[in-house]
Amino acid sequence: MSTTTVSNTQAHPEYNYDIVRMFVIATCFWGVVGMSGGVLIALQLAFPDLNFEPYFNFGRLRPLHTSAVIFAFGGNALFATSYYVVQRTCRVRLWGDKLPLFTFWGYQAFIVMAAVGYLLGVTQSKEYAEPEWYADLWLTVVWVAYLLVYMMTIIKRKEPHLYVANWFYLSFIITVAVLHLGNNVHIPVEWLGAKSYSVPAGVQSAMIQWWYGHNAVGFFLTAGFLGMMYYFIPKRAERPVYSYRLSIVHFWSLIFIYIWAGPHHLHYTALPDWTQTLGMTFSIILWMPSWGGMINGMMTLSGAWHKLRSDPVLRFMIIGVAFYGMSTFEGPLMAIRYVNSLSHYTDWTIGHVHSGALGWVGFITFGSLYYLVPRLWGQKEVYSLKLVNLHLWVATFGIVLYITAMWVSGIMQGLMWRTYDDMGFLTYSFVETVVEMHIFYVIRATGGLLYLSGALIMCYNFYRTIKGDVRAGEVDKDGNAREGRIAPRGMIAQPQPAE
Amino acid sequence: MNPLKKHEFLEKHSIVLLIAIIVTVLIGGIIEIIPLFRQETVIESVEGMRPYTPLELAGYNIYVREGCYNCHSQQIRPLRDEVERYGHYSLAAESMYDHPFQWGSKRTGPDLARVGAKYSDEWHVAHLIRPRSVVPESIMPSYSFLRKNGAKLYDLDKHLKTLRLMGVPYTDEMIANAEKDALVQATGEAGGADIAGLQERYGERVNARDFDGQPEMVSEMDALVAYLQVLGTMVDFDTIKGIQLSKEEVAQ
Repeated sequence: MSTTTVSNTQAHPEYNYDIVRMFVIATCFWGVVGMSGGVLIALQLAFPDLNFEPYFNFGRLRPLHTSAVIFAFGGNALFATSYYVVQRTCRVRLWGDKLPLFTFWGYQAFIVMAAVGYLLGVTQSKEYAEPEWYADLWLTVVWVAYLLVYMMTIIKRKEPHLYVANWFYLSFIITVAVLHLGNNVHIPVEWLGAKSYSVPAGVQSAMIQWWYGHNAVGFFLTAGFLGMMYYFIPKRAERPVYSYRLSIVHFWSLIFIYIWAGPHHLHYTALPDWTQTLGMTFSIILWMPSWGGMINGMMTLSGAWHKLRSDPVLRFMIIGVAFYGMSTFEGPLMAIRYVNSLSHYTDWTIGHVHSGALGWVGFITFGSLYYLVPRLWGQKEVYSLKLVNLHLWVATFGIVLYITAMWVSGIMQGLMWRTYDDMGFLTYSFVETVVEMHIFYVIRATGGLLYLSGALIMCYNFYRTIKGDVRAGEVDKDGNAREGRIAPRGMIAQPQPAE
Repeated sequence: MNPLKKHEFLEKHSIVLLIAIIVTVLIGGIIEIIPLFRQETVIESVEGMRPYTPLELAGYNIYVREGCYNCHSQQIRPLRDEVERYGHYSLAAESMYDHPFQWGSKRTGPDLARVGAKYSDEWHVAHLIRPRSVVPESIMPSYSFLRKNGAKLYDLDKHLKTLRLMGVPYTDEMIANAEKDALVQATGEAGGADIAGLQERYGERVNARDFDGQPEMVSEMDALVAYLQVLGTMVDFDTIKGIQLSKEEVAQ
């Protein structure tokens, strides 16, 4: 095994790893930006004096945070891993050389365009679809190029079978295209102006938005990252996927059912009841394929559970899958109309989103990056697995603080809103419930800060890995002593001799 | 026949796989979304709903620009506590001219679907300038710049025209008078404006006055407060039969 994993760069010089490296670096950069934005807006809720009007008010920064973590961090991670996986599993170089490069710079330009717009107040006001019409058109061009690169690489593959990870990546790319086009039917007021109006209004715009919004979760943050799970867990664990049959059932049932779940965001609203009920029903059914996928990822470790003891990278991936299981149980629960009457409009939703985002999306990405970075830069392993372990525990502790604070504050606020006194009057005014949230907002911001610190530790670890350093006293994932250019402890700045 | 063998076909034919994925993901969306465009089954016909005046529309656009929807919902659910706290539950008709809807998903602050006419203009202005001067526990950011910025009125006719393309019933007259109507509405009779034309186009009940306490200019504050003051007030619930909250619904 070790001979094939030593240096893929040399073994397969025909692969395009440059583009993967670029997307990996962009992932780390935007991850830190997006998480810092999250910490800032979390602090604004606890300490409102941290709002600086007009550009840095919560209302303008919140879309900046959500877009930065979902589309900039998550999106670049998906580009990086999909471009890597499709080459490895098809045994062929990425199609075209200029077009993948265009997808990189085009996508970064989209991110900057959207971010600048938010600060200036340019927004469509639809959650996770805030960029205005001109940025949407640009993204459409970039996305078509992405699909073209991906499909053409698949078409000229040397491997007759298309591996399961590629089904997931493909469904992510094509469905996000459908959702993006469907939810951005806008007409600009002027061709030289940023402002546009949505063609659908009211109820219809709400349904289309949450058809989009929920499937941004389903296909961007789930299907794409399941592609990572199906490739990187088997690679790192050196075990085949648990069940091929389960992969097929998982794939088709997941993509068919997910698309129906949107209306659970609109329970008890002016949306017709039949639509709400359909959304609720499919959300509950969705629990099954989700857990099917979780089991497939988790059980890939059968016979190799001991590896979790020594390998923090694998631990990242498996904890990520565990969080996936947890939030895909919580989701159907919250989609039940009666539970939703309590949870909707509260921080419980925010907690739920973050157990998925920080726990699942974040951890499977970190695990995959820790696997990828040494291979992309011609190393056997990252600079320090001990730092990986530190990152793991700092981040896990951060998530626990974050989601428990949001559970408590969300359920508390929901209950306070519906508390009556003996005379049958509402007990609490709205602002009394706001006062009670303060301490939980402080705890949440602390959790976010820990998670961000973990990401910074990762960036440092990658910096040293790319430089070619190995931390003194490190062992590899199988417990063997590491060789190579050992950087002594406490002597980080010392110049290294050229190899 | 083993279905796994059939699946092998998809794994070997990527274009077929791509098409199969597209078909699979389209079904749910089509079934849930297309029927909603049969408006008569989705939106009740009620008295009183009218398109926003140009000034209110400018306010709506400021509400969107500042991301108010991130913390305030505009959708009252038919639950006992919400109806008592905020008023009659929201009707589909009440957001039929919102392109797009502003229902929101989070109540960091209270629901605003019926905030219109609940507070005075002075309260809104003071609250937007410095929220904690009127609600000491509030965590809302300040929006004092709205009072300093002049509202952009000269291109409102283009906004009305765009919305008319999408079916909002703005007349030629409304479009021709867009800028003037906005100016008149932010001045009011007390400020010496002739509001007859505005009332003729948008109804007797239209709020026309100086909203921000600065008679010399039409600020973004004027526009936003005009928008907030009309929220949830268009439908006259006393004249409606058949959609009042039933006892069973209240009990839920």
